[in-house]
Amino acid sequence: MTLARADRPQRSPAASRATATATADARDARRRRLRGRLTTWAFVAPLVLYLAAFYLYPLYRNVDLSLHHYTVRSFVDGDAPFSGLDNFRQVLGDPTFWPALRNTMVFTLVSIALQYGAGLALAVFFNRRFRLSGLLRALFLIPWLLPLIVSSSTWAWLLNSESGLVNFGLHLVGVAPVDWLTSPAWALNSVILANIWIGIPFNLVILHSGLQNIPADLYEAASLDGANAWQQFRRITFPLLRPVSAIVLLLGFVYTLKVFDLIWIMTKGGPGDSSTTLATWSYRLGFGSLLPQFGPGAAVGNILILIALVFGLLYIRVQRRQEA
Amino acid sequence: MITPVRRSRGTTAIGLVLTALMLFPVYWMLNVSLTPQQDMRKSPPDLFPLHPTFSGYQAVLRDQLPYLLTSLLIGLGTVALTLLISAPAGYALARLRPRGGGAVSIALLVAQMVPGIVMAMGFYGIFVDLGLMNTWWGLIVADSTIAVPFGVMIFVAFMSGVPDELTAAAKMDGAGAFRTFWSVVLPVSRNAVVTVSLFAFLWAWSDFVFANTLDSGGDWRPITLGIYRYIGNNNQEWNAIMATAVVASLPAALLLVLAQRYVAAGVTAGAVKD
Repeated sequence: MTLARADRPQRSPAASRATATATADARDARRRRLRGRLTTWAFVAPLVLYLAAFYLYPLYRNVDLSLHHYTVRSFVDGDAPFSGLDNFRQVLGDPTFWPALRNTMVFTLVSIALQYGAGLALAVFFNRRFRLSGLLRALFLIPWLLPLIVSSSTWAWLLNSESGLVNFGLHLVGVAPVDWLTSPAWALNSVILANIWIGIPFNLVILHSGLQNIPADLYEAASLDGANAWQQFRRITFPLLRPVSAIVLLLGFVYTLKVFDLIWIMTKGGPGDSSTTLATWSYRLGFGSLLPQFGPGAAVGNILILIALVFGLLYIRVQRRQEA
Repeated sequence: MITPVRRSRGTTAIGLVLTALMLFPVYWMLNVSLTPQQDMRKSPPDLFPLHPTFSGYQAVLRDQLPYLLTSLLIGLGTVALTLLISAPAGYALARLRPRGGGAVSIALLVAQMVPGIVMAMGFYGIFVDLGLMNTWWGLIVADSTIAVPFGVMIFVAFMSGVPDELTAAAKMDGAGAFRTFWSVVLPVSRNAVVTVSLFAFLWAWSDFVFANTLDSGGDWRPITLGIYRYIGNNNQEWNAIMATAVVASLPAALLLVLAQRYVAAGVTAGAVKD
């Protein structure tokens, strides 16, 4: 609003002649300011209404679902009895809860650690100048751009027990076939592998753009001082990349936490609960069977939001501090 | 940093090998989509499509065309809705400094953290209440929630950089906020419009969670459900499944060829994907 005030044309000295004109002027200014504010609101209001209707309201519905005892019938009729925190208690006491929480953490942490490692190595590699580097870097984006159902089903076929190419490769080097997606020991690792493949491009692109902001003369000075490539990475690249790294890792955490499609398409969270995460468990409770348990499903979803929000707020704080 | 040509050639070779490794699953999808059904479980598998068949693609044309058209419609609808909401809001947040603008920005960041599955369950309840289940335009509304926060952030970032002289000149010519937005700021923000449209389309096209929860019984179902149904029903016909996957990947491939600049810009602008 201060901006609009400064922009207004300066009052001419003649205006001070009469107080009448001055009050008219003030009224005029007030009207103009009001109109400016209304125009601004006309631009923002659709977004605010949109967020209220399509973010806040679904979230409210979700909390509401988790606090009532819903059945298919009461879902349609809308007369489900209030049940307090029963759904949360039921979910926390469920034998699936701890495995799902553990799998969510393993899936998320292992995924982002390896995505970040591979992405950083590739970013450093692509930061060297060589022919075709721009083109190859663009091609690296493909896994990230593909619809998840496409990449998930491709990986499912590669890892297929009988006819998958991975087991054929193992057969060539004399290793017995592995039930990648159908054995409890391997299912989680397999979905993590596919998820890392999808996440590498995102890490590569952001870290690469971070690298380009590091001044080249730092490296020149370092190599004049006789620092080798590893020392340059340890002493220059890694420390100066820390702010970008923090953002990539936190965003990666929040996004990996909610991965659903990939796991559901490859293993449906199975066998048993061996690759079930909070996201797939929530879906399975709410939609996965003929007897949906909306209340507990929503409760699991809300627990997932809580975890995401903690790290999301951390991300916002880190980002704010960097902008300041 | 000047690198000797010979070393650069070696680096290019390493780069090619790395890229080939990374893209191998994509190549394999293409290869399987062209493999005849009887060779599918052959050992050793053919590493190249020596006897290519297009029967998989014929199956796509036969079974999946309605799904593809629905996805196109939903993708375009999502782009329109996203632009309609996010471009004016981005302009206001970047240039008009509304009261509470900071709160809106934080709300947008937080909105991006909400898991899709939670949104899906909330929408499910609302859609059942309002009788919107299994409608294509209900799906457009749901899909747009993936893109709108991202869109506003891109527009804010871009429109903040529009030179003050331009808007000041428009004001001198007597243009109000609406005119300044429509005839000055929006045209020079073409790049932002392209980036937001690209990602809105791609995310709507790729969406599976909303489609499967909100539109699984409709007459108008998107291609992701077409593939999912294929996997569920006849999990023997892998060349048809992979052919559908190839066709479903075409928009992403096209984007990369035609608009790589915008894609990279979108990813770096703090892009989102779940």
